[in-house]
Amino acid sequence: MRYLLYFILAFCLWLLLTLSVHLDHIIAGVVVALLSTIIFGGYFTTRPIKFLQLHRIFWFVVYIPVFIWYMIKANIDVAYRALHPQRPIRPGIVKIRTMLKTDIAKVFLANSITLTPGTMTCEIDGEFLYIHWIWVESSEIDEASKIIARRFEKYLRRIFE
Amino acid sequence: MISPIGWIIIWIGVFFDILGAIGLVRFPDVYNRLQAATKCVTLGTFGIMIGIFLLKGFSSMGIKALICGAFLLLTSPVAAHALMKGSIHFGTKLWKGSVMDAYGKDKLGGEQIEKED
Repeated sequence: MRYLLYFILAFCLWLLLTLSVHLDHIIAGVVVALLSTIIFGGYFTTRPIKFLQLHRIFWFVVYIPVFIWYMIKANIDVAYRALHPQRPIRPGIVKIRTMLKTDIAKVFLANSITLTPGTMTCEIDGEFLYIHWIWVESSEIDEASKIIARRFEKYLRRIFE
Repeated sequence: MISPIGWIIIWIGVFFDILGAIGLVRFPDVYNRLQAATKCVTLGTFGIMIGIFLLKGFSSMGIKALICGAFLLLTSPVAAHALMKGSIHFGTKLWKGSVMDAYGKDKLGGEQIEKED
């Protein structure tokens, strides 16, 4: 089941990339999609039904503008620190705890943290994440988790869990 | 109408790319430099891709640009994460102005921060 879904997704991506319906393009696409299914299909989600649940897709669509807004804020923040004559940085690595359980949700959380203001994921270890923070506001686990991770967790929990 | 917006977004992207390069030169250690490089360059390049999509519309080139943008958003943080983890395990110390190092304390037996001269 999940191999079939992976094959369909890979083939759709190929169609979007080539954007032609010539026979040789489609044959090449089938071969490539089959190869990637054989190699990577095993890493794919174990519950493909999640793709079809509408509330998850709805929250994903809500999440994209939120994420892009934080990304723009992050860039202005880094630009300010890079251009300021005194270079106002106070870096450090802090530890935070996440409420998310599944692996894919943790990956998305880590990616989101990396692209948002002043924070960057060093390592995921079970329910703990180690974050490099360019301006350390709090060294307490709970306080830092609240500042860094809560704003994404409420969306990611609804999307992936 | 779409064309000037596309050009504006492309120029904003180029501007952020330049800021990322400036940050790369000005910040003191590898971790802070990665911050500047990852954030600014991801949004900058993503902006260029979105601008190309707005200029070209749903043509072959526009859709390719959009897919490139999506993959960039997914892969660039992972690459930065790998570089960061690599430099921690290689033994690169944090800049001497750093205030704390929870990872070093937990995993490497002591905070890995440069000493003041």
